[in-house]
Amino acid sequence: MAKERPPRQKMPERPVEERIKTFEEVALGYTEEQAVLEAQRCLQCPRPMCVEGCPVRVPIPQFIALVREKKFIEAARKIKEANVFPAICGRVCPQENQCEGSCVLGKRYEPVAIGRLERFVADYERAQNAVEIPPTPEPTGKKVAIVGSGPSGLACAGELAKKGHKVTVYEAFHKPGGVLVYGIPEFRLPKSIVEAEVEYVKKLGVEILTDHIIGKTITIPELREEYDAVYLATGAGLPKFLGIPGENLKGVYSANEFLTRANLMKAYRFPEYDTPIKVGRRVAVIGAGNVAMDAARTALRLGAEEVTIVYRRTEHECPARKEELEHAKEEGVKMLMLTSPIRLMGDDFYNVEWMECIQYKLGEPDESGRRRPIPLEGSEFSIRVDTVIIAIGQTPNPTVQEGVEGLETHSWGGIVVDEDGKTTLEGVWAGGDVATGAATVIRAMGAGKKAAEDIDRYLRGETKWPEKEHWEPYGCKTH
Amino acid sequence: MYNRIVEKKELAPNIDWFKVEAPPIARHCQPGQFVIILLHEKGERIPLTIADFDREEGTITMISQRVGKTTHMLSTLKPGDSLYSIVGPLGRPAHHTNEKHGTVVCVGGGVGVAPLYPQARALKEAGNHVISIIGARTADLVIMEEEMRAVSDELYITTDDGTRGEKGFVTNALEKVLRDKKVDLVVAIGPVVMMKFVCTLTKEFGVKTYVSLNPIMVDGTGMCGACRVTVGGQTRFACVDGPDFDGHQVDFDELMERQKFYVKEEKLAMDLYEKTLKGGGA
Repeated sequence: MAKERPPRQKMPERPVEERIKTFEEVALGYTEEQAVLEAQRCLQCPRPMCVEGCPVRVPIPQFIALVREKKFIEAARKIKEANVFPAICGRVCPQENQCEGSCVLGKRYEPVAIGRLERFVADYERAQNAVEIPPTPEPTGKKVAIVGSGPSGLACAGELAKKGHKVTVYEAFHKPGGVLVYGIPEFRLPKSIVEAEVEYVKKLGVEILTDHIIGKTITIPELREEYDAVYLATGAGLPKFLGIPGENLKGVYSANEFLTRANLMKAYRFPEYDTPIKVGRRVAVIGAGNVAMDAARTALRLGAEEVTIVYRRTEHECPARKEELEHAKEEGVKMLMLTSPIRLMGDDFYNVEWMECIQYKLGEPDESGRRRPIPLEGSEFSIRVDTVIIAIGQTPNPTVQEGVEGLETHSWGGIVVDEDGKTTLEGVWAGGDVATGAATVIRAMGAGKKAAEDIDRYLRGETKWPEKEHWEPYGCKTH
Repeated sequence: MYNRIVEKKELAPNIDWFKVEAPPIARHCQPGQFVIILLHEKGERIPLTIADFDREEGTITMISQRVGKTTHMLSTLKPGDSLYSIVGPLGRPAHHTNEKHGTVVCVGGGVGVAPLYPQARALKEAGNHVISIIGARTADLVIMEEEMRAVSDELYITTDDGTRGEKGFVTNALEKVLRDKKVDLVVAIGPVVMMKFVCTLTKEFGVKTYVSLNPIMVDGTGMCGACRVTVGGQTRFACVDGPDFDGHQVDFDELMERQKFYVKEEKLAMDLYEKTLKGGGA
């Protein structure tokens, strides 16, 4: 007889009234007691499904067993065998679709809070100053260039450095971290954590060169000449716009611009920081993914009185994590569902003032499996807006691969890769959002790790570049 | 060394000239391209056009007009100081400068003469008959006259107050040239309002005109869209699609308004900065 399971430990959180006034992190992390109690809920399955659900196959039951024994530092090191950034993944992974989504306990009860435990042990290790750098491996004499210092690039860099290759990461911005720094807000992922993880990768022997735009400052052909292998992990940084009239009015931001100003440039601390950001009283955020939730919650914290998410479908179809949607609603973000803007109107000085919308109903499921929104004729109405933030997705930036002969791309801009991340250009791999389209941090890390293993085999002469006719594209979204 | 200022001078009141060590940028840049600089960790990213470059020396030169906090802070830097960050070359090269068009008029207003210079030089090298018109508010603010003269077959200067060259605007001088000669191309770089009036004029004469736009930017790589401009009814990003565009297609009124979006914040930052300077500290 199975005994009654203790309930899943709740994540302590900053109270709503306090958190909407600050960019401090919302989730506060488990206490030691909570972590141990939660770890005791784990069934220690002999064939753990959670590991199957993890893109980088973290040894989940093993690390949780160590948490039970209060061996927190050992637990963190166990995770790091598979995942270099547990403090980040514990915070931003969509665990409900991955490890926790596969947890056997979740079938009858709530799944083990694997993400929260991962975060707890990583934070514990860092707080105890117990982060250990693995011994330096024998140098192989091979050099690898990595383009982009986001999650995929850093994960790949870390793995390759551990195998003894000399790794140089090129970053376009003045600060490394990619989307972890410019995209995800402080209140969800403190930048001090990203900095600590970047430092860890540097201590593994990785060199990071900021202010280098590949395709501009240095080209891919130049990198191929200087390095034995190149990994392209440039992400999906190009914002999509709606293509409706009035989109260039003042007060209309892409989510990328809005978040980059706030996160990378710390505009929320203007004028202490020099980059300004402007938020009016009424803010409309178009789209309902994680980026939209981040933008909406950032706007609230910058002093907006009313923030509304405007989305063509319903909450049920919204691509944001449930937790993000819940956090946004708790903080007072309004939801205007089954609605999409068709026109933005401004005053004589080009300030956005009104947003004309149309209502939708849901029809039959489309190729994404979600029910297709159908516009309702005659349902047009207008709302007052002072700021509009467009968060309807990003595509890969074409700058890197522009004009590079032999490097094939998809019609939507992504780089074509095979199962191991090999591109159509010998010695060049690609992975993460630039190959898959906008996805998650952990999938990007998984791709980086996988490419690192293949790059290592290639550099050791254990694998050859496939002939063109044997080359099979893999794992891409069709847009 | 990267990012180190090797030479600096004041070209005119409030207009600074810098030569900076940036070997990879110097190696790859072309006329028409720009860089984004950052002066300190809490600074803002501002675009500056590459006015000149020396591939052997690994240096680029930039010209900056003091308008807000960042450009004022920049003016306080001395040779030996380093910029916190400099990235580039950004934007598309001005390909029209490598072609032979025939007679080309290069119109530069104020500090816009700086980005105009490499384009005029390239046009001259490509075998064009180059007529340059450079203008400023007053004699003191006329910059790079000698450099422009060296790459031009004819050079006209205008000042608003008549203290140097002809009294009037660059458009007055341009109109004369357009009436007297068969002009094949006009390149205009300067304040948005100047480019707007140049384009109104050249449209009348049916002469193709390129302008170089300098809207608000953050990353300069196509990531944010702050620099979007309407060109021929389409939204384009000045940072990756430009900065050079067919001037007859640009919506200048929208651009002028967009540039004013942060005026209040820019003034606040400047006022606080001046206070800090006067107070001799925080």
